[in-house]
Amino acid sequence: MQVPAPFEYARATSVQDALELLERHGPESHVIAGGHSLLPMMKLRLARPEWLIDINDLAELRHITEDAGVLRVGALTRHAALLGSDVVGRLFPIVHDAEKVIADPVVRNRGTIGGSLGQADPAEDLTTVCDVLRAQVVIVGPAGERVVDVAEFHRGPYETACEQNELITEVRFPIRTGSASAYEKVERRVGDWAVAAAGAAVQLGDDGTIADAAIGLTALGLEGLATDAAAVLVGQRPSEDLIAEAARLAAEASSPVEDQRGPVDYKRHLADELTRRVLRRALERVGATATAA
Amino acid sequence: MQVTMTVNGTEVTRDVEPRLLLVHFLRETLGLTGTHWGCDTSNCGTCVVLVDGEPVKSCTALAAMTDGHEVRTVEGLAQGAAGGGTLDPVQQGFMEEHGLQCGFCTPGMMLTARALLDREPDPDEATIREAISGQICRCTGYATIVRSIQWAAAHPAAAPTEQEVVA
Ligand SMILES: Cc1cc2nc3c(=O)[nH]c(=O)nc-3n(C[C@H](O)[C@H](O)[C@H](O)COP(=O)(O)OP(=O)(O)OC[C@H]3O[C@@H](n4cnc5c(N)ncnc54)[C@H](O)[C@@H]3O)c2cc1C
Ligand code: FES
Ligand code: FES
Repeated sequence: MQVPAPFEYARATSVQDALELLERHGPESHVIAGGHSLLPMMKLRLARPEWLIDINDLAELRHITEDAGVLRVGALTRHAALLGSDVVGRLFPIVHDAEKVIADPVVRNRGTIGGSLGQADPAEDLTTVCDVLRAQVVIVGPAGERVVDVAEFHRGPYETACEQNELITEVRFPIRTGSASAYEKVERRVGDWAVAAAGAAVQLGDDGTIADAAIGLTALGLEGLATDAAAVLVGQRPSEDLIAEAARLAAEASSPVEDQRGPVDYKRHLADELTRRVLRRALERVGATATAA
Repeated sequence: MQVTMTVNGTEVTRDVEPRLLLVHFLRETLGLTGTHWGCDTSNCGTCVVLVDGEPVKSCTALAAMTDGHEVRTVEGLAQGAAGGGTLDPVQQGFMEEHGLQCGFCTPGMMLTARALLDREPDPDEATIREAISGQICRCTGYATIVRSIQWAAAHPAAAPTEQEVVA
């Protein structure tokens, strides 16, 4: 039987209250949101917080709002709410692609976007999604609020710019006209973490060339975006050859490790193939048809 | 610490350790052993209960986090007095369509089915399979579970059980 080590529990009534509780109970106090990463780690005694600050009552962190060119998503928004949101699906189809394959529907009832980013697991899907959409993370702490680019938010596996005494309150997604996105993941079975996954976003210019592109990989040992792969797309007309070249560069940028989910060459093959697929789908969604050269 | 929650319509208050998981609160503190406990790693779904009407894996929730909320377990599916009363259509469906063999996964499956039908009274097969995709059954191969849920969807008002008809 897996039992967490003893800890004290407090329920925050507001963002301010959560910050005060974190401050008062010191470095071994941690926020709990959905608990679907933290509790399993506590049960395995890989995490031993002395205090848990429960933020589940903070309704002010549960919004999905379209606002002046940005979609604001509260940190406590559950996976299920993201998947159920029409505005999310319309503006950022990549989020729905990913949410359909994040864990299973029951886990998605609890897990949150803030917890996913806060956990920063290298196989975590929303991290790649946020990278690709060039999202920003809003963090509040004793010194007030700051907004950081997601690239700066990630400090590596299980490490983020959010300090122990701070709270992620919101994720902001810039809305870009003429753009679309897609995500695809290979998993061993329904609900499992990725063997490998890829995400892409593209923006088309008025002349039909690719004005901007972003490619990200999950569980493939790439920190941040595959910038070289995206760069070959910019200014070009979509074509199968171009997609193949970008996918080759994305695979080259990956550095997967062998584990129980597969060997390195298989994962690198997936990096290539999945990048092709998400680029094709994102381009299709934005209304461009890649011409076979 | 003290927690108060509504379990199957009855308010309960107990002193618990903050680290007590909801599954053990239900099974040991309250003696409601209908909620099963399997993998302990959030994967099998046999521990699923409804919290405020939504399926949740109770091995991955604290009793403390459930303070102030409404919990429904398999014991709360049938309406009326325990042992008598009327079975929920989902329970009847599992009888009619042989939705269980060993029965280990059954409580979680039935609660997920109940939540699905509350939200979507007439789901297609793909929707049913998606809804139970976080839960593992080692016996049935899922086909009879899907049919059981379809039976419940087709019989939304609890009908008399076979035994009642015979009697
Ligand atoms: C069986 C299973 C399968 C899964 N499969 C996948 C998968 O395929 N893909 C995937 O991406 N994820 C998967 N997950 C993880 C799931 O998405 C989790 O819900 C998510 O990683 C964490 O969200 P949470 O709200 O539960 O976070 P919690 O567990 O509550 O917290 C995680 C960490 O983030 C911190 N934190 C939480 N919220 C905040 C906040 N607002 N501010 C600051 N810090 C915060 C906590 O202190 C903790 O360190 C799976 C989980 C399970 C149990
Ligand atoms: S015991 Fe909770 S998911 Fe298996
Ligand atoms: S009936 Fe035996 S596990 Fe489902």
